[in-house]
Amino acid sequence: MILKELTELNGVSGSEYNVMEFIKGHVEKYADSVTIDSMGNLIAFKKGITGKYKVMLSAHMDEVGLMVTGYQDGMLKFKNVGGIDERILLGKRVLIGDKRIPGFIAAKPVHLQEKEERSVNIKLKSMYIDIGADKREEAEELAPLGEYVAFYSEYTELGNDTIKAKALDDRVGCAMLMELIKERYNFDLYACFTVQEEVGLRGSEIAAYRIKPHVAIVMEGTTCSDVPGVDEHNHSTTLGGGAALTIMDRTSYGDKALVNFLYKLAEENNIKVQFKRTTTGGNDAGKIQLTGSGVKVASISVPCRYIHSPASIMSKKDYDACLELAKLALSRFNNDEILGGLIS
Amino acid sequence: MFELVKSLTEKFGVSGNEEEIRDFIKSKIEKYVDGIEIDALGNLIATKKGNGKKIMVAAHMDEIGIMATHIDDKGFIRFSNIGWVSANYALGQRVMFKNGTVGTVFYEEQLEDLKGLKLSNMYIDIGAKDKEDAQKKVMIGDTAAFCGEAQKSGDMVISKALDDRSGCAVLIKTIENLPKTDNEIYFVFTVQEELGLRGAKTAAYKLLPELAIAVDVTLTGDTPNCKPMEVKCGSGPAIKIKDRSVICHSSVKKLLEESAQKIKIPYQFEILESGGSDPGAIHVTAGGIPSGAISIPCRYTHSPSEMVSLTDMENAVKLLTQSLVKD
Repeated sequence: MILKELTELNGVSGSEYNVMEFIKGHVEKYADSVTIDSMGNLIAFKKGITGKYKVMLSAHMDEVGLMVTGYQDGMLKFKNVGGIDERILLGKRVLIGDKRIPGFIAAKPVHLQEKEERSVNIKLKSMYIDIGADKREEAEELAPLGEYVAFYSEYTELGNDTIKAKALDDRVGCAMLMELIKERYNFDLYACFTVQEEVGLRGSEIAAYRIKPHVAIVMEGTTCSDVPGVDEHNHSTTLGGGAALTIMDRTSYGDKALVNFLYKLAEENNIKVQFKRTTTGGNDAGKIQLTGSGVKVASISVPCRYIHSPASIMSKKDYDACLELAKLALSRFNNDEILGGLIS
Repeated sequence: MFELVKSLTEKFGVSGNEEEIRDFIKSKIEKYVDGIEIDALGNLIATKKGNGKKIMVAAHMDEIGIMATHIDDKGFIRFSNIGWVSANYALGQRVMFKNGTVGTVFYEEQLEDLKGLKLSNMYIDIGAKDKEDAQKKVMIGDTAAFCGEAQKSGDMVISKALDDRSGCAVLIKTIENLPKTDNEIYFVFTVQEELGLRGAKTAAYKLLPELAIAVDVTLTGDTPNCKPMEVKCGSGPAIKIKDRSVICHSSVKKLLEESAQKIKIPYQFEILESGGSDPGAIHVTAGGIPSGAISIPCRYTHSPSEMVSLTDMENAVKLLTQSLVKD
């Protein structure tokens, strides 16, 4: 499955090129042109038959991770790139740089900790990455300052329907875009594989400015908090609940006509669909919506538990629902009147 | 002025859901302007054509509110804020959904100490029998505004949504009585200001004016034991010097000050430590747009009982009008 290959590639924000090359290799044959812009966004363009409207699809290639920021003898000190709950880091395996040097996130062992230390969470600044180097010089050689560090996590299928992997946010979106570009549509299609979403929606801002689309659909992996200890009213999405549509989050208010269109389309075609029920978080839609004189946006997301960790979990059925809904929406957009109606 | 403010504040317009207020404003100003359009985000742009200076005037139509995020088996509704909503202000208030459904905002009473009051442990009771009954009236994603009918108390108006329907009122009054001028003026009623100055950003990009003036409310420093601030209700419209989102352009500040002096209205200066406003987004648009603002002093901002002075508003109309027709 393409998702296995995509999630096992490393592309921490700012170093998306491996993911980009992989995607490029797959979409080139379907696209009329492939552009890589100054920040590294990959924009695959497919000319429309009537070409009356411009539709942008967006999925970000980057993932959260770490960066080498210093040394303590042979150990690496590091900082996070993108939002990570530092409490999940300890004991995790990582891969450093393009050479994929294996490492392990560690801290002072429990039996050497003072009593007070044991009762509080170990902070990121007290952790280090052990790569088996004795001396600073050796560590610097293997992992130079500024080197990117990605989680090590094998793609694993759990149970009948779920997948565990890192970087599902947002390789699920990338995988769907790679599928959606295979068709030729009436409208001009810009499939944008963006960079640096996790550090502030940066790539999408310039990609959208270049394209100035009439409408944009962001394909994402989003939070899923249907887990023990969380009251039902705080469940953002439900695993297995189907494609998640965003009404509003911290960065955007989805275009209501477009979001309702998608919701109805899903219901009418028996595609499982749910609204994301919290308003936290954000995605590329935030920047795209405010581009130029404004763009109509909507987000279709695959719910992912434990997002931004090495072990995110998603449902294959939810993924299929998202892809099916996006396919159906684009086929409806082929009707210039329908698309025009949504835009006006 | 009061009647206009009253009808403006009564209209529904929670950020992202400005249809009703937009239709109302459109109906009020249509006959006075040369062109009217609604852009991709929903901003209402009314143009008075001319060959002179291109000036953008902005007031936001949206108001803060809440969005239903979950309905439990008994029909109680959990919600999320839209814009800055204080849990303390919200407690015990009524909200009204777009379809007229009214509910009480209350909190989980097991809470021992109101210091722990958060929107996430509060709910809306619409008096539904159960989930099914509630869903007949309210769906997840539906938005509601706080209730707070406009009332007059002396020179003051007390109402919800004076932020920024009072600014909308100032623009409407200005449009209705605009003297002849060569300037091309875009009156923009913006959307989603309370979510991060969003509408103003895209409107400014579309229009690329030479100069922008926003009319919005500002906080005051004239109530018991409040944070010190040199703005008082009733002391005239305030000319913005800065807030957290913008340092106003000296040319716009000067234009406003000279205009106020010329027509001899009381005015004051505003330095707002917290909070941003549409000029924050406008002034950094494209190659930069000199921006400033006329602020209406408003007590209890973002509560359902905001308070502004009608005289301040009347004077804001005069000030804006004078600034727009000056060559």
